[in-house]
Amino acid sequence: MTAFLGVLGRDLRLALRQLSDASLVVMFFVLCAALFPFAVGPEPNLLARIAPGVIAVSAMLSVLLSLERLFLADYEDGNLELLVLSPAPLEVIVLAKVLAHWCTTGLPLIFAAPLIALLYDMPADGLPVMLAALALATPSLSLIGAIGAALTLGARRGGVLILLLVLPLCISVLIFTVAAIDAALVGLAAKPHLSILGALLLAALPLAPWASAAALRLAME
Amino acid sequence: MSLFEGRELTCIRGERRVFAGLDFSLPAGGALLLTGPNGSGKSSLLRLMAGLLKPARGELLWNGAPVGSEPEDHRARLHYLGHQDAVKPVLNAVENLQFWSGLRGAAPDGIADALARFDLANLATVAGRLLSAGQKRRLALARLLAAPAELWLLDEPGVGLDTASLDRLGGEIARHRAGGGRVVASTHGDLPIGQAHSLALGDFAAGAALEPVW
Repeated sequence: MTAFLGVLGRDLRLALRQLSDASLVVMFFVLCAALFPFAVGPEPNLLARIAPGVIAVSAMLSVLLSLERLFLADYEDGNLELLVLSPAPLEVIVLAKVLAHWCTTGLPLIFAAPLIALLYDMPADGLPVMLAALALATPSLSLIGAIGAALTLGARRGGVLILLLVLPLCISVLIFTVAAIDAALVGLAAKPHLSILGALLLAALPLAPWASAAALRLAME
Repeated sequence: MSLFEGRELTCIRGERRVFAGLDFSLPAGGALLLTGPNGSGKSSLLRLMAGLLKPARGELLWNGAPVGSEPEDHRARLHYLGHQDAVKPVLNAVENLQFWSGLRGAAPDGIADALARFDLANLATVAGRLLSAGQKRRLALARLLAAPAELWLLDEPGVGLDTASLDRLGGEIARHRAGGGRVVASTHGDLPIGQAHSLALGDFAAGAALEPVW
């Protein structure tokens, strides 16, 4: 538990001292989402219709692109050896790092998402469900992405490789995020979709740290 | 008498056999100096002892029990100091040290003392990026003292240190051994350690590339 809180606290402190790095993710999210109207045209009905998809895809790309640094900084400066050699289970340490990553990327995205919804004139009925769906989806993305980040340690061009490895695994998260918001917009029950998002998160919670820890141990050899 | 032993250790890196048939034994209070030319496997042997690498053949024993059977106990009793100092540039000396000792579950009350013993007390609140190479090295060494562990695995700990700091390090190693601790260190001869066993890794070089298995 000390190790978990120690890693969490240190990673949050590092993010806070390098605030420009963390804010880049939110800026990427907003810019990426703001590009679509230029490409598909300013038709209001069309924009309101595609808003959930645009928000979900932009959020997914922002989270996954930011994952490259998750283990890389510690790998390069030698801290990863100390993390692996800590008496605490490596899975717990990975979980702390993923939680810190989510606090500095996923959480700000959830706060920025209503801005995009406003930009697209998405009906306000969808907002609570959108926030709930993102709150369930972004931790799953961080968890699944951590596997990719651990596997690509030591590979050059790791960032793009992570996307290639992890994007296919994230499709289910994407589908149910959009489905939940769409359901709320047309007045259907969003709860089944949110439940599946919750189930995906619960499945990723033990599996992803376990797989990431195994990949990190391999990277040490 | 408790012993840390290695038997018939063989290490393979890539396609090359680094060393083969290596034996060592280290009693409490003992020190083992690893010497040998570059690439003879000093770092590999230290990583192997830490559990970061698995031996291709042979086994590591602690009191006769293989260390691989309870890796968490083994990690709890060792400190590993690699080539990199692992100092985070945006954290200050105390924060770096607090994080490392927290990782090992140690209480933070030994930190001021650890800094003082490596003459870093006046640099406690200086950010890591402002420390010189030698100061970073001393900060990395201070983590040996901030969280106690029985076995110190030091990979060329004297690199970048001035004479006074080398003497401090020698003194801390002697203190650690007097308290029953063990030290394994790789060195090119700059380390002031008394009554240590020397292990010349060049003697165990298998030399030739692996015989093809096909």
